[in-house]
Amino acid sequence: MLRGILIVVLALGVAGTAFWGYQEHREKNAILINAENNYQRAFHDLTYQMDLLHDRIGTTLAMNSRSSLSPELAEVWRLTSEAHSDVGQLPLALLPFNKTEEFLSNIGDFSYRTAVRDLEKEPLTEKEYQTLKKLYTQSADIQQDLRKVQHMVLEKNLRWMDVEMALASNQEAADNTIIDGFKTVEKTVEGYGETDFGPAFVNMQKKDENFKYLKGDEISEDEAARIAKKYAALGNNVNIKVTENGKGSDYGFFSVSVQNKKTKEEADMDITKKGGYPIWFILDREVAQQKISLNEASNNAIRFLKENGFQGLDLFESAQYDKLGVFTFVSNQNGVRIYPDAIRVKVALDNGKMAAFSAEDYLKSHHQRDIPEPAISKEEARAKINPQVKVMEDRRAVIINDLNQEVSCYEFLGTMGEDTYRIYINAETGQEEKVEKLKNAEPIYEDVV
Amino acid sequence: MKKNFLAAKVLLIISLCVLAIPMIGSVDKASAFSNQVIQHGAVGDDVIELQSRLQYLGFYNGKIDGVFGWGTYWALRNFQYEFGLPIDGLAGQETKNKLVKASQYNKQYVKEQINKGNKFTHYGGVNLEQQKKPQGGTAAPQQQEKPKQPTATNMPNGFSENDIQLMANAVYGEARGEPYTGQVAVAAVILNRVNSATFPNTVSGVIFEPRAFTAVADGQIWLTPNEKAKEAVLDAINGWDPTGSALYYFNPDTATSGWIWTRPQIKRIGKHIFCK
Repeated sequence: MLRGILIVVLALGVAGTAFWGYQEHREKNAILINAENNYQRAFHDLTYQMDLLHDRIGTTLAMNSRSSLSPELAEVWRLTSEAHSDVGQLPLALLPFNKTEEFLSNIGDFSYRTAVRDLEKEPLTEKEYQTLKKLYTQSADIQQDLRKVQHMVLEKNLRWMDVEMALASNQEAADNTIIDGFKTVEKTVEGYGETDFGPAFVNMQKKDENFKYLKGDEISEDEAARIAKKYAALGNNVNIKVTENGKGSDYGFFSVSVQNKKTKEEADMDITKKGGYPIWFILDREVAQQKISLNEASNNAIRFLKENGFQGLDLFESAQYDKLGVFTFVSNQNGVRIYPDAIRVKVALDNGKMAAFSAEDYLKSHHQRDIPEPAISKEEARAKINPQVKVMEDRRAVIINDLNQEVSCYEFLGTMGEDTYRIYINAETGQEEKVEKLKNAEPIYEDVV
Repeated sequence: MKKNFLAAKVLLIISLCVLAIPMIGSVDKASAFSNQVIQHGAVGDDVIELQSRLQYLGFYNGKIDGVFGWGTYWALRNFQYEFGLPIDGLAGQETKNKLVKASQYNKQYVKEQINKGNKFTHYGGVNLEQQKKPQGGTAAPQQQEKPKQPTATNMPNGFSENDIQLMANAVYGEARGEPYTGQVAVAAVILNRVNSATFPNTVSGVIFEPRAFTAVADGQIWLTPNEKAKEAVLDAINGWDPTGSALYYFNPDTATSGWIWTRPQIKRIGKHIFCK
């Protein structure tokens, strides 16, 4: 009797487990397929966009009227950005696929630059035509390679999940057709080297990273330690560790970490080797109850900058984040605000002391500039603004525009409805360089229900 | 003679005190504001009062949320202009005195509305009862009695609270055992990727790029981040980059990919090596 019951129970148990296992298996498969489908879609999208891209570049070349080029170039720009986003969805992050992405991005930059230009007044130069032609042939190569991969994927029924697995288990030797295919694409692009995009082309990734405006001699590790000790202000009973930058850095710096032996408070900072300038500084400390106002804190920040030899700065923005005040300063040259020269200072609102600062942008870009006298008057510039905007403030400024160039502008702060806008009108050409809608406070969504 | 002088002195002091008491009293009553100079970007009770008073006079039409944003800034400047004060957009002592004199502030009413999450305004000359609207029909009784501070918060340009939350999740999942600088560094790498040509152009795109972050792959990203992680993200967004513009990082003890070792290394923070 007992035995019979036991058998029944066990049999039910086995059947139940089998059923449950089967359910799990099905669910897992469903999810796998779903993930696989996402990859497949991104991949096929990518090849499709590359096809289109190639065709479109071809059309622009064939166009006779230079003025009708603009929409076509804008289309090229759109396609590169879509292709780029497709690449981002594929599990290739650990594959060397950078060159291809850079190539896409360069085509995008080039087409954007030329598309937003008034081609009636300033038609494509011969050199730019040559660049376009070169891009046309190069995109053909990539298209070919990608199509090959696509063909194999379809024919052999290859799955991206296998790529995932292969990359995850890091079986370098594993023969994975997709990985190999993408490596071929990458090699092809590498072969192009630096495409010549013409003299006026600013590669957006190539900012000055070398602190070329800094003056001074190389400092030693000891000097770096001394500088950091001064900034950290954690007293004399401290452990100091100085490390030199790795080989991959674009510039020489020392990383210094200062730790108070008693309180264990720690400050980290990077200092340029050239001249010993502080690039950034962060003090790790629990900030207690707020005791001082944001305004006092901003005065402290100003004093701190003065004491450390930063001069000619305007307070540009201030904001309170809980118990911390964050202030952005920009330099001011004869009444013109230089926005690329930015320094940020964070002040703890419990003791009013500097908790962090970052001078990287400032050190990289600050120098005495030749700011040309504006070619148009303030009133002329103001007339270019949307009449709906009520202008409240104006000044002159140097900003970096969408094409990564410094331009001299008139800056207008204005309101429309509840919103505040910052509008920059080029002081040379009267072109509207940038319109920013300034952030309003954001409601906290916690506890709304 | 000497005694007389002393008596006169005592009398003088007493009378001064008597005179001073009502003055102190009135000053105290009038300046509900604390002593701070309120400036753009500030948050807190003083800002709530500033906004309420400016609204009472009709200068401020926005929401009373306790964050000194652009709306408050222009309202304050208009007030300073109308009342013949120096127009600097700072609520200093003189401005606050003028404001207190010209307007009324029903602190209890404003606080109550904020705590209840009601929609309300604080215009002068209108019955306050008509200016509030409970949110969402039947107002559920609020159990908690901790005073809710501002109902809004400062956000850096170009980012939403949700972006920051997502990044804080990623930072916490990836680097919760790291020193604070290491957490800022991870957040900075995410932002460097957003700005880079070789990665997607959105925060979510970068974070959810397949196989980019282990914390995303194994689900650690959905742990609840602490305040530190969020602070690190804010620092990175506000311009701190301890990595020297790195695009990759890895933990040399657990890295599975051989390829990552071929990247040019910039520096090491905590357990992570940062590379280009």
